[in-house]
Amino acid sequence: MRLGNRLVRYQSNCVLRHAPIVQAVIATFLFAGTIGSAIADTTDAGEKLFKVCKACHEIGEGAHNKVGPHLDGIIGRTAGTVSGFNYSKAMLEAGTSGLKWDHENLAKYLERPRDFIAGNRMSYRGMADTKDRETLIAWLGKASSAKAAVDPKALPVAVPISAEARSFTDIVLAQKGDPEYGEYLAGECVTCHQSSGHADGIPSIVGLPADYFVHALFEYKTNVRRNEVMKLRVVNLTNEEIAALAAYFSKLEPK
Amino acid sequence: MQGGLTRRHFGLLLSTSAAVLAVPAYLRAQGKPKVVVIGGGAGGATAARYIAKDSENAIDVTLIDESAKFTTCFFSNLYLGGYRDFKSITHGYDKLESNYGIKKVTGRAESVDVAAKTVKMADGSTIPYDRLIVSPGIDIVYDSISGYSKEAAEIAPHAWKAGPQTELLKAKLDAIQDGQNIVMVAPPNPYRCPPGPYERVSMMAHALKGKGYKNCKIIVIDPKEKFSKQALFQEGWQKHYQGMVEWYGPSVHGGIKSVDVKSGAVTTDLDTFKGALLNVIPAQKAGAIAAAAGLTDDSGFCPIDASTMRSTKDPNIFIIGDASIAGAMPKSAFSANSQAKVAAMNVRGDLIGSKVFPAKYANTCWSLIETDDGVKVGAQYAPAEGKIAATSTFISQTGEDAALRKSNYEESVGWYSGITADMFG
Ligand SMILES: Cc1cc2nc3c(=O)[nH]c(=O)nc-3n(C[C@H](O)[C@H](O)[C@H](O)COP(=O)(O)OP(=O)(O)OC[C@H]3O[C@@H](n4cnc5c(N)ncnc54)[C@H](O)[C@@H]3O)c2cc1C
Repeated sequence: MRLGNRLVRYQSNCVLRHAPIVQAVIATFLFAGTIGSAIADTTDAGEKLFKVCKACHEIGEGAHNKVGPHLDGIIGRTAGTVSGFNYSKAMLEAGTSGLKWDHENLAKYLERPRDFIAGNRMSYRGMADTKDRETLIAWLGKASSAKAAVDPKALPVAVPISAEARSFTDIVLAQKGDPEYGEYLAGECVTCHQSSGHADGIPSIVGLPADYFVHALFEYKTNVRRNEVMKLRVVNLTNEEIAALAAYFSKLEPK
Repeated sequence: MQGGLTRRHFGLLLSTSAAVLAVPAYLRAQGKPKVVVIGGGAGGATAARYIAKDSENAIDVTLIDESAKFTTCFFSNLYLGGYRDFKSITHGYDKLESNYGIKKVTGRAESVDVAAKTVKMADGSTIPYDRLIVSPGIDIVYDSISGYSKEAAEIAPHAWKAGPQTELLKAKLDAIQDGQNIVMVAPPNPYRCPPGPYERVSMMAHALKGKGYKNCKIIVIDPKEKFSKQALFQEGWQKHYQGMVEWYGPSVHGGIKSVDVKSGAVTTDLDTFKGALLNVIPAQKAGAIAAAAGLTDDSGFCPIDASTMRSTKDPNIFIIGDASIAGAMPKSAFSANSQAKVAAMNVRGDLIGSKVFPAKYANTCWSLIETDDGVKVGAQYAPAEGKIAATSTFISQTGEDAALRKSNYEESVGWYSGITADMFG
């Protein structure tokens, strides 16, 4: 570009450069509470414990279902009753037979989720410390909004799976996935989804039942679940590869 | 052997296995194939861990890095922005040693004797290998900018290798007063982390804005006409840091002539830009050991076979991460980690005959523009016609809603925990 042209562009920038800053809305308050983990931590102990839940669950007013159901108003709610959430059969059955999330049941569930409701899909090993569980449960109560959205008398309702999703899942699982191939392919997943089952910001996929695993990938592929990173990965996987991954991850245990 | 096991052979076998049991573990290990990894960063640590983990102790793995601890460049911008402390981006090798039996050698690898298959260390010792993985990251080409040097970097840090340079840049950023300017000289292609300089600009602006400074500017002098995630960054700067960021490409500044770190000046064809803080990010090349081992080409980086990450110059050596010429893949920690897994699989295939699957590669780079405003770019790659080529890609869009941007940021935090666990165990 000729110097003349460059000068014009530069000078017009200089004007900007020296103009008084009119719209300097300095949002310093944005700082409070939003600073990442390691800086001077004044967060509530319960909120800190909730960090491992946060990858999958929201709480508070306007909370949405993510990979897990929202937890707004969890205390006292009947299991499996958040509307629109696709629960496992095991969780729906627990709710139908009357399981309520009172303090005691929540504490038992959080200690060993996979033992308390066998076949549920929460990929979490459990919280061993009794006091931690108490602290977290107390915080879940505090963090819920005043008008928590779930009616304690509600009954569990299964979300119907679309015919397409069902048939995709069946087609994929009709092939016997090779877990060794799955382990190699999983190298791509575990850069984000930790192979230990720990989660801070990205959900754990360790130990997910194969059927659910495939169904979830189908939802990323078809934008039912919206995530560009996941979609990109899934559209590049063949059915054989998805089956291999499902076979591999379903055999892992959260550590 | 034709005749099968005779009694005598059987006896021999028995006695050797009895002898094996009597030999201490460290001597027995000498019988195993040996892998040496140079560089304990995103590529090297991952490769070492995957080889040790997946070979279940059948391969002897030595990991060489000059530092006892590794500070990640990734998230070092978030340290500048005040979202992370230095400790949280620094990692030790202890779990690789205790849980995976990897031998960590702290020292500098000086040269490689490819005929004898040994690595020579700066202290004069040699380490033999059957397969060598080279992941030394980048070296700064100081003389690519007139007036810049290793000494000058103590005044005008590049902070493009994490560690003391990063802390120096942060100290200088913290010392900026309202009304003072920062000048960044952005690097030419190819360099590690294409969106990195612009994320850094955002994080420095965030820090200044957070102090209530209204009269600071960050001026970017760029040798490139366009840059990674440009529309996203420029939209973000306009939205969050209005009037604070000025970016000039070569069609405006006409070319970078020199820097003078003492006066904080960058002279271009058009004008001289001055700042109280100068962040000079020069051109880059593969870490020096790559050239010392004869693995680089004229570009200063290392050609590899796209389906294995094997050096095209030596079949016993693999090059991964920033030092490699990885086709369409950007130089990122995500890429290095992905390449490491392909190399690890091939090394195991070479040495213990384990199964080798077709190579697949992936990358995603998240950048933080302002609190809860994260963006991302990613792609999937496969070998095609001798090069690593993208099979599909995506990038965040301008004008996206706040909830999506916030979830991008949360995802990046999850990725950081994930990749560091994948590297260090
Ligand atoms: C500011 C910044 C932000 C970034 N952000 C991101 C991001 O958000 N996401 C992302 O994916 N990437 C990011 N990156 C890029 C990423 O850090 C690199 O691409 C990645 O670290 C490359 O991995 P590597 O293994 O090639 O090299 P490195 O991780 O640099 O590791 C090389 C190691 O080798 C050692 N070494 C070199 N030579 C020798 C020798 N002769 N003897 C002994 N040891 C030696 C070095 O000490 C070093 O520890 C960022 C980079 C920068 C600068």
